[in-house]
Amino acid sequence: MDAFLNQVFAGLATGGIYASVALALVMIYQATHLVNFAQGEIAMFSTYIAWTLIEAGVPYWPAFFLTVAIAFTLGVLIERIIVRPVEQAPVLSVVVVFIGLLVIFNSLAGWIYTYTIKVFPSPFPKQPVQFGGHSFSAHELGAVGVTLVVLGLLYAFFRYTPLGLAMRAAAQNPESSRLVGIRVGWMLALGWGLAAAIGAIAGMMVAPTVYLDPNMMAGILLYAFAAALVGGVDNPGGAVLGGFIVGVLENLLGTYVIGNELKLSVALVLIISVLVIRPSGLFGKVHVSRV
Amino acid sequence: MSIKQWLVSAAAIVGLALGAPSALAQKKYDPGASDTEIKIGNMMPYSGPASAYGTIGKAAAAYFKKVNDEGGINGRKINFISVDDGYSPPKAVEMARRLVEQDEVLVIFNPLGTPSNSAIQKYMNAKKVPQLFVATGATKWGDPKNFPWTMGWQPNYQTEGAIYGHYIVKTKPGAKIAVLYQNDDYGKDYLKGFKDGLGDKAKQIVAEVSYEVTDPTVDSQIVQLKGSGADVFFNITTPKFAAMAIRKAYDIGWTPLHFLNNVSQSVGSVLTPAGLEKSVGLITVGYLKDSTDKQWENDPGMNEFKAFMKKYYPDGNITDSFNVYGYAVAQTLAQTLKQAGNNLTRENVMKQAANLKDLQLNVALPGVKINTSATDFYPFESMQLERFDGKQWVLFGEVMGK
Amino acid sequence: MTTVSAAVPSAAVAASAVSGKRRLIGFVLLLAIVCALPFLVSNYRTFQFTLVLIYAIALLGLNILTGYNGQISLGHGAFYAIGAYVAAILMDKFGVPYWLTVPVAGVVCLGAGFLFGLPALRLEGLYLALATFALGVAMPQLLKYKHLEHWTGGVQGIVIIKPDPPFGLPISQDQWLYFFCLAIMLLMFALGANLLRGRVGRALIAIRDHPVAAEAMGVNNALYKSLAFGVSAMYTGVAGALGAIAVQFVAPDSFSIFLSITFVVGIVIGGLASIAGAVYGAIFIQFVPNIADQISKAAPWAIYGVFLIGFMYAMPVGVAGAIRIAWARIKRRTTGGGESQTS
Repeated sequence: MDAFLNQVFAGLATGGIYASVALALVMIYQATHLVNFAQGEIAMFSTYIAWTLIEAGVPYWPAFFLTVAIAFTLGVLIERIIVRPVEQAPVLSVVVVFIGLLVIFNSLAGWIYTYTIKVFPSPFPKQPVQFGGHSFSAHELGAVGVTLVVLGLLYAFFRYTPLGLAMRAAAQNPESSRLVGIRVGWMLALGWGLAAAIGAIAGMMVAPTVYLDPNMMAGILLYAFAAALVGGVDNPGGAVLGGFIVGVLENLLGTYVIGNELKLSVALVLIISVLVIRPSGLFGKVHVSRV
Repeated sequence: MSIKQWLVSAAAIVGLALGAPSALAQKKYDPGASDTEIKIGNMMPYSGPASAYGTIGKAAAAYFKKVNDEGGINGRKINFISVDDGYSPPKAVEMARRLVEQDEVLVIFNPLGTPSNSAIQKYMNAKKVPQLFVATGATKWGDPKNFPWTMGWQPNYQTEGAIYGHYIVKTKPGAKIAVLYQNDDYGKDYLKGFKDGLGDKAKQIVAEVSYEVTDPTVDSQIVQLKGSGADVFFNITTPKFAAMAIRKAYDIGWTPLHFLNNVSQSVGSVLTPAGLEKSVGLITVGYLKDSTDKQWENDPGMNEFKAFMKKYYPDGNITDSFNVYGYAVAQTLAQTLKQAGNNLTRENVMKQAANLKDLQLNVALPGVKINTSATDFYPFESMQLERFDGKQWVLFGEVMGK
Repeated sequence: MTTVSAAVPSAAVAASAVSGKRRLIGFVLLLAIVCALPFLVSNYRTFQFTLVLIYAIALLGLNILTGYNGQISLGHGAFYAIGAYVAAILMDKFGVPYWLTVPVAGVVCLGAGFLFGLPALRLEGLYLALATFALGVAMPQLLKYKHLEHWTGGVQGIVIIKPDPPFGLPISQDQWLYFFCLAIMLLMFALGANLLRGRVGRALIAIRDHPVAAEAMGVNNALYKSLAFGVSAMYTGVAGALGAIAVQFVAPDSFSIFLSITFVVGIVIGGLASIAGAVYGAIFIQFVPNIADQISKAAPWAIYGVFLIGFMYAMPVGVAGAIRIAWARIKRRTTGGGESQTS
């Protein structure tokens, strides 16, 4: 029983990682109805920027918020300069642009920072937290907390602010939104900026656990993608929950069911089965399209 | 003496002078070699999942730049052509063909990774081009009978695994053993050697768990291993995962007798990120010196390496043991080419590579020498156990292996 | 069932007959050049061109599914891997001659693709992308699985012997392989063109553009979609088998998710829903990484990314699409704004 609980808690910890990246993916989907595969690499690159600031002597929290601001600006710039020209192109062409961004950021990070792993500091205390006989890493708890705070802020933003409403409208129905005076172009840019900012936060929360290197996000992206879809790609809360589910599932499968060699395949089969049964994800809205 | 005798002696002297294999007189070249340069081909995973190893190629390139600045080898400059194979076997085949057929290099030096090397081995041997000092410890590279053009360099994984196995049998016969290994050729090769070294104690392995390079963490695996109740742990992981494993084991209060494979023994790139205090008691084997190790602070060989890094590869990380590796293997090639003299045929280069006797590199541990022969295609076979004391690797026991 | 295309005026028929002959001459000329290539360049280049032919077959397969039928697949590398391993195992373990392994690989992948296509019927767009992405990511793990190791060679892979030219022809192994792949490629392209320009192709396109209307018109969506998956996988599987023979080695690391993504890049750059696009895409994915490497040793993939983005700016509908647009513009200018035919 003890070992089982340990695996569940370890799964929740990795799940927290998936949840935060899934949140960024959902964010950009809500804003643009596109899944940006380069999200992970932009997050990784932002984390390197934070690392550079911290190495230069900037204390943690100022560096954190400065990085979030820089990431936001980066996201907006990418949308305006790189994505805008291909907005009208077929979906797959835009996907290829995203793939281009992915390899560019990955390659640049490797060139500027080399591939040796770097230690990224955590703002949370180093001593483990004792609770009910189990010890938890303070950082992992803190990271989950930060993810939930970001989730809450996002929820409030979309639900209760006019800007959030305008963004959702722009993504769902650009033509009508323009007719009511919403600057659709800037809404998209804003969406990208927010997604990049969330990605940066995710990266900074993830890096202390997995160490900072250019390929840091590669393994996480698939799980985050799966988590976002399992939870329902238009539901931020669902994405976070999906992240935890995927994390725990992966650990339990690997330990008890199939061994680590096939846990990835089995986890994915399970996720796809979920999607086959409930194509919109567990908590997603079922879309009915009019003919 | 009579005129006849004089003429005979004169003829003999002239004959000797003409027939004697003088180093300067007989020059033999295969494609890639000439009076002024030697073309060396190399492929590394500069991109893709194994890109951390790409620095080996950069260190080697920097070393050959230094060699060229100092006059080259036997008066010839080294033209080091290094290409990216992305750790993908089809790309490796394409690059090998490019280097051999288009760039016409003399040898392909230090190609990295078992998959890439497996892919090109047949081709290289069919084309009779040396596949020299391959950058993998897989045991299969020392097979001169079937693959006379392929030679390894670093101590092979099975030998190292066996050393740990023997040590456990000797010092902790009742051990309950746990293993974490990377699910690929490297991990499985180590595991095999380890089990061979344990002999019939291999049944005392209570947990044998793998991970993929694409896994974000190995925390789940470490938790699993602790739960098995093992008190000995063989950690077969590459640097990033090694750091995670060491840290997690400490954090969850698991303190087994912890063997760490040599690939991840770098103090700068693995133990420091993991936490030096969390790495106390780790055991590994070494064959090269670690550049952060205080005991080599005034060592002339290490100082030469540090000066080299500062001048020729300033972007490189001086604490990364991969750079020491690149430096050392490049030195080995330089020595081989030097021994070849003016006979720069591929056959002779291979012959000289198989003729390295008691070569003590200045960044190798004292007493750990390179030895090759026509039947021995494993240059490095000796290693020494070392234990981490929180600051540096402390050697103990004797130099093992040949 | 009435055909979708409208009746064509007779003048245009005559015009297209003339242009048809011109097209035939052009095609024959192109074929002659393509056949002469291996004798004009080194063996290494011939090897690279052989890879282009092989990728073209794979890309046509993916295009059938994604370009013509609108089902996005981010995991086609998995079918390429299955084809490659089928060929390798047959040659290595059962001594089957190389030319026989290719159709067998095709049949196996036809089945595998169809089987995958069935549950995928429930998934649309993004969700299908995830499912295929998962397939692509999981394939290397499956290939390394220790209980399959006996067949697949596990992480060590399987080494294959390169075939010799038959009947003692005085050409090199590389040249023979080039012609072998060329023959198969022409065959498969002809089959594909036949399929796609006929009823089946129209059904696929109808499903892509308006599935509800297609169903209402009597197209059996489920059958066609699954078939599309199967046929698409078959093409890619055949390419995989040829690839294994050309490279002479298969290992799990050869078939990472990056291969699947490269295929998607290939069809988009080449041109979706275009048969010629498969060839353009194949040329791109084979040669542009090498070019990028020449331009910058420090960050070659960053250059590759720039190429990708640049191509998408300049030719959002791919090379084939851009050529089509340019050709139409030229034709419009030369015929002085006469009837504009859709090609």
